[in-house]
Amino acid sequence: MFDSWWTYLVIIVAGFLATDVWRWLGVLAGNRLNEESESLLWVRAVATALVMAVTAKLIVFPTGTLSHSPLWLRLGAAGIGFAVFLAAGRRVAVGVSVPITLLVIGLWWLG
Amino acid sequence: MRQQLGGPMAGEIEEQRHFLWFLRGMRGITSLPALILMASYVGFSAFALESGLTRGEAVFMTLSIWALPAQMILIGTMTGGAPLAASFAAVTLSSIRMMPMVASIMPQMRTERTPVAVLLFLSHFLAITSWVFATQRLESVPRHYRVAYFAGFGITLTLTNTLIVAVSYGVVSSFPPMIAGALFMMTPVYFISSIWASAKQPVVKVAFVAGIVLGPLMALVAPDFDVLYAGLGGGTAAYLLDRYRRKSAMRAGAGA
Repeated sequence: MFDSWWTYLVIIVAGFLATDVWRWLGVLAGNRLNEESESLLWVRAVATALVMAVTAKLIVFPTGTLSHSPLWLRLGAAGIGFAVFLAAGRRVAVGVSVPITLLVIGLWWLG
Repeated sequence: MRQQLGGPMAGEIEEQRHFLWFLRGMRGITSLPALILMASYVGFSAFALESGLTRGEAVFMTLSIWALPAQMILIGTMTGGAPLAASFAAVTLSSIRMMPMVASIMPQMRTERTPVAVLLFLSHFLAITSWVFATQRLESVPRHYRVAYFAGFGITLTLTNTLIVAVSYGVVSSFPPMIAGALFMMTPVYFISSIWASAKQPVVKVAFVAGIVLGPLMALVAPDFDVLYAGLGGGTAAYLLDRYRRKSAMRAGAGA
């Protein structure tokens, strides 16, 4: 189904160009931003919200194996993990290990 | 005599310092986010094989696109037999987020003399993992060496993962379900804790919450534009809220 040169062309046009155009525009737009400027605050807020939207979707609508696990387990593991992370002085190692442990225990318990 | 020697020697020392910071950036390859991403790319190579891509295509895709969601989407549309324009539209929609991500890093990374061509080249290596890395660490790097530091990390991360796809293609067909689940979950929970931990400005925390809430909600309402709406809408709302807070704090300060 994948003819070699055509596939590479698709990757270049619909993959590389479709993605890097935005990176280049980001460089050009970012070069006009001052480090202390109001507009940088807005750009930073939009970038953060975008990344967190992608992140939350990974938990709520996962692909692969996790798509068969119950939503409450994934949300519970992430939520409790975040609460423990905040209580433990915002240590990233805690923020990663607690939800993963909860998830694995949940998956094992549900069989 | 001293001046004659001073020029080239100083230049050489300067070059060594840039190289040193490049190496320090490279060391980031052993950081937790880099390791998590590598595991994700092992998963990607299994997905590519399953979808009918050759090893060469999977490797080329990783190096040239360097954005895991965009790569997954492109494979999805290709296997679905979508025309080129449709593939382009689907991928470019998911990659619009690159623009504010790259733009928000630029003022921190460049100096006044950094050539735009260098920044355009380096922007290719910016994806979520290196964005988080740069947001957290660039501040502690002397401004003059930030480009070298980011280049060290970004290029190493991309090339290492390209190599991982090349090597693991066909070797790892799938992980045991529990391990695959834990690996998949690592990425979001890592982003959640590290972005929150590195958020110094209140506006970032508000945008963080807005993105988390709006992302899945928008996915239900407008599946094709969800991330875009959540990012633009949530980010702008967070900015306006924060601006209002700052203005009233200023007024309260002036009144007191």
